[in-house]
Amino acid sequence: MAERLEAKHRGGTLRARKIELGEYDDPMEACFERGWTDGLPVTPPTDERVLRMLSGTRLAPGESVGCIPPYLADCTIEKVAINAVLAGCKPEYMPVLLAAVEAALEPVFTLHGVTATTYFSSPVIIVNGPVAKKIGMNSGLNALGQGNRANATIGRALNLIVRNVGGGKPGEVDRATLGAPSKFTLCFAEDESDPSWEPLSVSRGFARGVSTVTLFQGHGVEAFVDQKTRTPEALSRSFGLALVKLGHPRLIQSARAVLVLSPEHYRIYSEAGWGRREIESALFEATIRPGSEILAGLDGIGEGVTAERASEQVPKFHEDGLMVVRAGGKAGLFSAILPGWLAGRNRLELQPVTKEIRE
Amino acid sequence: MTQTWLRDPTAETSAIKRPRVKPPASLQGLTIGLFDIGKTRSNEFLDQVEKRLGERGFKTKRYAKPTNAKVAPVEVMQKVVSEADAVLIALSD
Repeated sequence: MAERLEAKHRGGTLRARKIELGEYDDPMEACFERGWTDGLPVTPPTDERVLRMLSGTRLAPGESVGCIPPYLADCTIEKVAINAVLAGCKPEYMPVLLAAVEAALEPVFTLHGVTATTYFSSPVIIVNGPVAKKIGMNSGLNALGQGNRANATIGRALNLIVRNVGGGKPGEVDRATLGAPSKFTLCFAEDESDPSWEPLSVSRGFARGVSTVTLFQGHGVEAFVDQKTRTPEALSRSFGLALVKLGHPRLIQSARAVLVLSPEHYRIYSEAGWGRREIESALFEATIRPGSEILAGLDGIGEGVTAERASEQVPKFHEDGLMVVRAGGKAGLFSAILPGWLAGRNRLELQPVTKEIRE
Repeated sequence: MTQTWLRDPTAETSAIKRPRVKPPASLQGLTIGLFDIGKTRSNEFLDQVEKRLGERGFKTKRYAKPTNAKVAPVEVMQKVVSEADAVLIALSD
């Protein structure tokens, strides 16, 4: 009742176009008919719901968050809130979503290209800091899967903003050859339960205890299985075998990836006293190969590096191209790899972006 | 069902349709821009095109954007518009 009264009295403060449905129209079907969905049903954005979503931020509804590619349409806080309603967010997710939008609009995130590419990529969102627990995000069992509202809807909301405000729709500017399920949503929190582990946010220059989002141009999920290796050196080499095959074993274009390290694999490193720096450095080393082994044309396979690199030691990734993130359930010597976008070969033009979440 | 009002989640803009520029009847005497979009080996493809156009006596000019991950910088677009009469955009891999 209180929300209905608020909508009645404050609904007039909303600026987005009001669409009146007929008495016998189904609101959910109306959203499909207008092209506002990613293929799954959305929550119809009524005044009550939009006002409730706006209560999750102190920012004014009319404030602009920037222009959303590909069509560079101006996006207000109110439009973010409407799309958050569509996605199924709760109001307390708004600060995380707004930080994700801010990160996505950094030129070096190249959101236009990520949207338009024929490759599988879309924004992958990784959340660090106290906000993750506050809003109930999942960093444990099935962290990359379904079932957690915050994980599922924050990622979905960002993609709906690109679709609805920016105009990035499949078959139009989005030219993905196959796409990936992660284009619906891929958003999770890092497991920060071990105080000796340096969280991703800290490695990217933020203080411990500061909540952040990190956006990565990637897709998921590639499975990694090693149930037999027990030393950190060998485990790194084992990861290397899986990492070098991303895209194609001879391809060196993607140049970035996220390794989601499960607790059981992490234990092998932590018991040996290895932290983030040692792991990332060992993975980089493990993914350098002699050019002669990945030459284009070997065995008649066209993919590979050119002949003049035959005597070089060729890295698969940029030196800062591998980001390790801890997540997952306690049982299972399985980890996950989120491959980066092929355009990542140009290190300075395209990078992951981390932003502070301001609550 | 009761009457419902929804709020528009889109940018509420509508596209303006512009007619395409008519292709020139002949390329004779025109400057043909060869635009490298930043994909791998675009330059090799354009080198060949430039060579072949040169052999036929056509005037060409090369342009490039730094990466295919981003749209072309405004300065590059303006340079193309002010210097070239027709543009060939290379898409390669």
